[in-house]
Amino acid sequence: MSESQIAAVRDFITDLPYSRALRLELGGVGPGWAELSMPYHADLVGDPATGVMHGGAVSALMDTTCGAAVMAHPDAGPGTATLDLRIDYMRGAVPGQAVRARATCVRVTRSIAFVQASAYDEGADPIATATGAFTVMAGGGA
Amino acid sequence: MSGRARPEPMQVVKQRRDATLEALVGRVPFIRTLGVVFERRGDELTAILPFNERLIGNPLLPALHGGATAGFLEVAALIELTWTQLWSDVESGRVSPEELADARALRMPKTVDFTVDYLRSGLPRDAYARARVNRSGRRYASVHVEGWQDNRGRLFAQATGHFVMPDPPGTDD
Repeated sequence: MSESQIAAVRDFITDLPYSRALRLELGGVGPGWAELSMPYHADLVGDPATGVMHGGAVSALMDTTCGAAVMAHPDAGPGTATLDLRIDYMRGAVPGQAVRARATCVRVTRSIAFVQASAYDEGADPIATATGAFTVMAGGGA
Repeated sequence: MSGRARPEPMQVVKQRRDATLEALVGRVPFIRTLGVVFERRGDELTAILPFNERLIGNPLLPALHGGATAGFLEVAALIELTWTQLWSDVESGRVSPEELADARALRMPKTVDFTVDYLRSGLPRDAYARARVNRSGRRYASVHVEGWQDNRGRLFAQATGHFVMPDPPGTDD
């Protein structure tokens, strides 16, 4: 993976206003994968009785991480859009803990990238998994 | 024959319904963060996501972030489900809006899964959503939600989610 591609993914994350609003941070990126984290914050709470983050915040983390993994794939171009994203919420993230997600391109064709992701707080069991289909821009790869 | 009770004055009914909706929405910090508001016609709710620069996910087009769209639709689905669930209790006076505002009084349904179908890129303008509870049992519910912008007939996204309903009051674990 070229330096310019890594830089492009890093910019993709930091430049997006909605990623900034959720304070997403890039943990790591490589060919066809990316890792992002989202710090816990009171304004992301979905259930005031428990303090657990809203699923919608986790969705955004998953969507962004999957998109970053597509952009970091050697056969994909520099942009992508979500076609379909399914999230399974296995348990609520523990209040106060950051959530990190790792996404991997399972398969990339000329038009579609099939991506899977898992998200964890500090515990060993995943809080959520995601499966998505993303667009692939022409002109990617060698 | 003892005649039916006189219907309540319209303003009383309206005020109670609006206060209930406000309590439901106002207690969730994430809804405020995203900026979602609700409009009500009778029991029909429309969720509105007023456009804001913060929601952009593609600065070049520009387009709404897919994560913002997903969050918006999930908020619309969850509020519709909770609203539908509470409707008869609120109408009959068994539950008051004041009680709902208390964070611990209301148990929210938990999202099990949520699948978003992105049909068009979200334009940099207001978005609307309406959700429909397709099945609501004692334990599980299935909710479908449609999102649009300029044309009601041209959806920009739709989603389906499954939810686990909260245990009824008095069954604390």
